[in-house]
Amino acid sequence: MGDYVLLAISCILINNILLAQFLGNCPFLGTSKKMETAVGMAMAVVFVLVMAGVITWILNTFVLVTLGLEYLRTIVFILVIASLVQFVEMFLKKSIPALYAGLGIFLPLITTNCAVMGACLINVNEEYNFMQALVASFSYAVGFGLALILFAGVREKILLARVPKPLQDTSIALVTAGILSLTFFAFKGMV
Amino acid sequence: MAKSIAQEFTKGLWEEIPPFRLVLGLCPVLAVTKTVENGIGMGLATTFVLVCSNILVSSLRKIIPGKVRIACFIIIIATFVTVVELVMQAFTYPLFLKLGIFIPLIVVNCIVLGRSEAFAFKNGIVRSLADGLGIGIGFTLALASLGAVRELFGNGTLTIWETPIQIFGPSFQPFTFMVEAPGAFVCLGLMLCLMNLVGSK
Repeated sequence: MGDYVLLAISCILINNILLAQFLGNCPFLGTSKKMETAVGMAMAVVFVLVMAGVITWILNTFVLVTLGLEYLRTIVFILVIASLVQFVEMFLKKSIPALYAGLGIFLPLITTNCAVMGACLINVNEEYNFMQALVASFSYAVGFGLALILFAGVREKILLARVPKPLQDTSIALVTAGILSLTFFAFKGMV
Repeated sequence: MAKSIAQEFTKGLWEEIPPFRLVLGLCPVLAVTKTVENGIGMGLATTFVLVCSNILVSSLRKIIPGKVRIACFIIIIATFVTVVELVMQAFTYPLFLKLGIFIPLIVVNCIVLGRSEAFAFKNGIVRSLADGLGIGIGFTLALASLGAVRELFGNGTLTIWETPIQIFGPSFQPFTFMVEAPGAFVCLGLMLCLMNLVGSK
């Protein structure tokens, strides 16, 4: 049990998928201008990443490795993620319209979110077992959400500040992300 | 078409240079630019995928049905990424290890998909080739320059191919912040600021 807690902490804080592993930075900058969109994106990622992590792990272990087709991993993973996103979208639209309205436009964007694909690849590369893969996927997603929501909070404040002209928009956002990343960097000695 | 083929090529080098003008595909930019060598390697791998997928998408643009085009693009891109992955594993193994999961992640690089969708699907083969090559080289330049700044200040060296070259003398105190994760964000942010400053004049 202790191992799983440790794995979760290291995935959320120390190896934070956004700020330490640099995965999923496009939605990180793209959807963090408003708190609402950041929360929507974070929820959608938690939802999809856990499912994708589990399904790709199962496929990789029982199909690709058994048949010796590891070189097809990239193609299989991206197809699984793309169809999973589509499927989740249709399923939610039909059965849980309230959640669909909330996640709505963020779902299709997740296909090209490298955090999802990256986490799946990390799970496989680190040779996690099933429970570890599940915990790691969930923790990566939580870490993504945490960093995104924190960042959105900071960015909402920046809107009110007077920023020098060349630094405006993406530029100041990146510098802010650097400072946020510095705070996460401090967790490095923890485990 | 107002633009000549040469212009399609050169626009990738300044006007629309990713990731500075088109803020897309940031993940590899931030993650692999610890050294110049990694930056160039990543840039060239992306260029190859970009050029090949642009050519194939553009030559198949009359056959691919509009509704499922994104899925088709992804399969085309994923195929070329697998090719790059296998080639790099065979010939440049140390670089392959350093770039790690960022090679398979070229699949989800928004630049590649973005060019297929925004350009190759609407234009002819030669034009798409020029566009892919221009954007790819622009991307490589951006990665290499960011890598150079980070490596120079973070390590005091420049690595063009395999062996690091000492630039500052042995008494140089490395500014390790630059090669760590936070430095990547700050450095890219400041370079963007510099680009804005130069571009606005």
